[in-house]
Amino acid sequence: MRPPLLGSKQLPAFDRSWPGSTAASAKPPRPLSGIASDASVRHLYVHLPFCAHRCGYCDFVTVVGRRSQHAAYVDGLLAELELERELLAPQLETVFLGGGTPTFTEPRELERLLAGLPAAAEVTVEANPETVTPVLAALLRRSGVNRVSLGAQTFRPALLRVLDRVAGPDDVRRAFYHLRDAGFDNISLDLIYGIPGQKPSDLDADIDEALALRPEHLSCYELEAKPGTRFTHAHGEELQRQAEAMEGYFARVVETLVGAGYRWYETANFCRAPAAEGRDLRSRHNLAYWQGRDYLGLGIGAVSTVRGTRWRTTPRLGPYLTALREGQRPLRELEPLPEAVRRAERLMLGLRLDEPLPLAPVAEELDARALSRLERLGLARRTALDGGAAATPGEREGALTLTTRGRLLGDAVTADLLA
Amino acid sequence: MDLDHIRNFSIIAHIDHGKSTLADRILELTKTVSGREMRAQVLDTMELERERGITIKAQAVRVTWKGHELNLIDTPGHVDFTYEVSRSLQACEGAVLVVDAAQGVEAQTVANAYLAIENNLEIVPVVNKIDLPQADPDAAATEIAELVGGKPEDVLRISAKTGAGVAEVLDAIVERIPPPSGDPAAPPRALVFDSSYDQYRGVVAFVRMVDGAFAAREPLRAMAQGTRFEAEEVGFFSPTMKAAETLGAGEVGYVITGLKDVSRLRVGDTLTSERNPAPEPLPGYKDVKPMVFAGLFPTDSDDYPDLRDALERLKLNDAALFYEPETSQALGFGFRCGFLGLLHMEIVRERLEREFDLDLLVTAPTVAYRVLERNGEWVEVHNPAEMPREVDAVEEPYVRASIIIPKDYVGPVMELNNDRRGRFDHLEYLSPERVLLAYELPLAEIVLDYYDQLKSRTRGYASFDYDLAGFREGELARVDILIADEPVDALSMIVHRDAAYARGKALVERLRQEIPRQYFDVPAQAAIGSRVIARETIKAKRKDVLAKCYGGDITRKRKLLERQKAGKRRMKQVGAVEVPQEAFLAVLNLNDGSKR
Repeated sequence: MRPPLLGSKQLPAFDRSWPGSTAASAKPPRPLSGIASDASVRHLYVHLPFCAHRCGYCDFVTVVGRRSQHAAYVDGLLAELELERELLAPQLETVFLGGGTPTFTEPRELERLLAGLPAAAEVTVEANPETVTPVLAALLRRSGVNRVSLGAQTFRPALLRVLDRVAGPDDVRRAFYHLRDAGFDNISLDLIYGIPGQKPSDLDADIDEALALRPEHLSCYELEAKPGTRFTHAHGEELQRQAEAMEGYFARVVETLVGAGYRWYETANFCRAPAAEGRDLRSRHNLAYWQGRDYLGLGIGAVSTVRGTRWRTTPRLGPYLTALREGQRPLRELEPLPEAVRRAERLMLGLRLDEPLPLAPVAEELDARALSRLERLGLARRTALDGGAAATPGEREGALTLTTRGRLLGDAVTADLLA
Repeated sequence: MDLDHIRNFSIIAHIDHGKSTLADRILELTKTVSGREMRAQVLDTMELERERGITIKAQAVRVTWKGHELNLIDTPGHVDFTYEVSRSLQACEGAVLVVDAAQGVEAQTVANAYLAIENNLEIVPVVNKIDLPQADPDAAATEIAELVGGKPEDVLRISAKTGAGVAEVLDAIVERIPPPSGDPAAPPRALVFDSSYDQYRGVVAFVRMVDGAFAAREPLRAMAQGTRFEAEEVGFFSPTMKAAETLGAGEVGYVITGLKDVSRLRVGDTLTSERNPAPEPLPGYKDVKPMVFAGLFPTDSDDYPDLRDALERLKLNDAALFYEPETSQALGFGFRCGFLGLLHMEIVRERLEREFDLDLLVTAPTVAYRVLERNGEWVEVHNPAEMPREVDAVEEPYVRASIIIPKDYVGPVMELNNDRRGRFDHLEYLSPERVLLAYELPLAEIVLDYYDQLKSRTRGYASFDYDLAGFREGELARVDILIADEPVDALSMIVHRDAAYARGKALVERLRQEIPRQYFDVPAQAAIGSRVIARETIKAKRKDVLAKCYGGDITRKRKLLERQKAGKRRMKQVGAVEVPQEAFLAVLNLNDGSKR
């Protein structure tokens, strides 16, 4: 759903020693050493940073306006894709265009980009309601997009204003029907709860409004007032005052959506249940993150994780475009991921899902005593894996599932479980 | 030197009334130190003493004045060190009592004057700081004359700062203070009035020779303990150590014992000659017992051995310091330490932190209680967690407190004393403006924040001193603090029954604020025995998860978890509940400060 971006200042300094990052090199850059040219990455993320304006609560890499640069940026993305193409499997499973506001990109450029990207079973584009016209919906449809994630956030006009959102409640509904009319049968809505001033009745009304549209998928996020944002500056104190009252909102969201027949398949994500649908409506792209698969990210600030290395591309538009114009890779921050770190991440991400997490692959990072304690407290459950008498040693370790309460307390539980 | 030409004296004064300055001037005037060597407060050697302007260890300096040998025995000025003051005074025949001409008689002036009188010392009263514009020497002289008896015109008027009148003080010492009595021909006897430890030369004993003489290389014996050693060197301070061939009757000086174990030579013991031993020791000092106790724990448990070593080394120079290992489930390994009083505690703590670079956690100070157990035995309890739950009686130490204040503050101070379970003894007008209030107060009521309260209610004008008045029975209860039904040893307290509810309530309220919410409701309770007197609940947390976690969030989220995990490692386990050490700290601070 949300673009894979790292918070800044968390990774080692930008690595300038990459093959190809030296200006003198005339040959196309070779793949990163250690990341074999063995084409294996099946998930592609593309970051489109442009927005009409910046919402106060946003801390993503965004670029306001700059319509004149949209074409150059799409050139850059396609050039970067060429440089990394060796990493990609012949057939991709998912492509995800996130932002920013991907649908704010000049339609001609957006279409050119989509045409240049490899095909995939699931192609998702994030959209802001005010940008979705019948024309745009048709453009997306004919460009191979088969899933749209619509940033509704809330249906209360006053709360939309608190969030600096441009769209009104009717824009959300209209956008939704434009997409339906264009033939989209897999639409996700983003909702935000915990907005300053949001009463429980506001939350209930938001969920009702969202359900009335019968979206295939819902993402519900608690508003994160990140330090340093304009939003936190304006509303931080109020949020702290409301913190206790809003503590029950998450449980309320889960309860309502599950009651309405949605599957709570990830901490913040819900989809219509497969039994009723005959198809799996989970976000395949995001599942790749949660299942610890490799992914390639293109664009400024985008993050990639490819076999034991994670990197984040420079968030600065100018240097990004310059490097790619010269046939160079843009600067990147590198983060090596040793095995133990990857196992810890598997545990951390796997526990966000409703499916049992097989214990054998993460056993080394697991604090067995903490697990027993969490089981006693009714927060976690160990289950057997299928396999019966023929079970391998790994299968005999069983799997781990968090209970509903365990999932609401997921971070504390995970911190406990990590050895 | 024959006895008639020796004078042994101390200078006693309230803090900041100019004792150290007068000592400095005496050293200068008698040419004991040259002007070049002169620096303020020559006698106070420890860094801390210099900074706080107080003197911790007694020292003795020999000066010469008009053919007389004068031994100035320096004394600590503060109430906690009454013990050391009285030790010093026993080595003297007289005392110079210094009073600030602008401040008049203060609480410590009174306490020290009484100590001097108890020790049969000749008092030379002096009004100091007559050069100050706000000085009122006549008023001060009248107050001092009334205190010690005598006529105001016999009170010397000086300025230790300018040196005016200091020569007259020296003359008065020679004229008014009697020479020491003692028998130069008798078998030698010397009173150990203090000691110090030198890492190269071992224990250095400060002695007052009473009878006979000691020579260097002479085999000596400490009569009470039976410790034998050879005097490696004898000598005196002038103001640095000067070796001498002998120390004779009436003189004050030092003996380098070479002993490497400070416990083998106790202050108060009598040294005599091995070859010509005295039949009887001199009367010793009464053994003082620490009255204020607190647990000292290293913030980082790895520092425990360092803390142990540091306490051992402090103890070498501080006989009054008491310590024994203490283990607390909440705070880990540390020591229960006993102090003479609050200032003593503060100084020990500061020396540990400053000279030994330790980071310490100090529990709320408590006092020594005497407890009559069901089996009819009296035991002394230094730690609330050790107080038996079933007792027949509890006694607590009381002090006689002297509080001197401008008369306008009598009301607020009496109110404070009543709050602190004080018993009024009497009120005395020192002058039309200034009043001495005498109270008996439980020591436990003054160890926490009494002095701060007193100062704030009198705008800083109060002066305060106390000495111990013995143990009295009290309506005292042990209050335990339970977190999720587990008692927390470090938080137990002994309080008066009337205050138990308020104290317990304040403490559990604070715990509720400080203990992070857990997976389940956690009750925090204060209880007397099995009776719960206050209860708060730390509500279970309902939500703890970052909503969003996609490809770009993973590293940030993992680092957050790592931090959360590291935080958990610093938690102390109380039953099933994880409590950060900071929570204990905050609660202990509450005990320290504004709990009332």
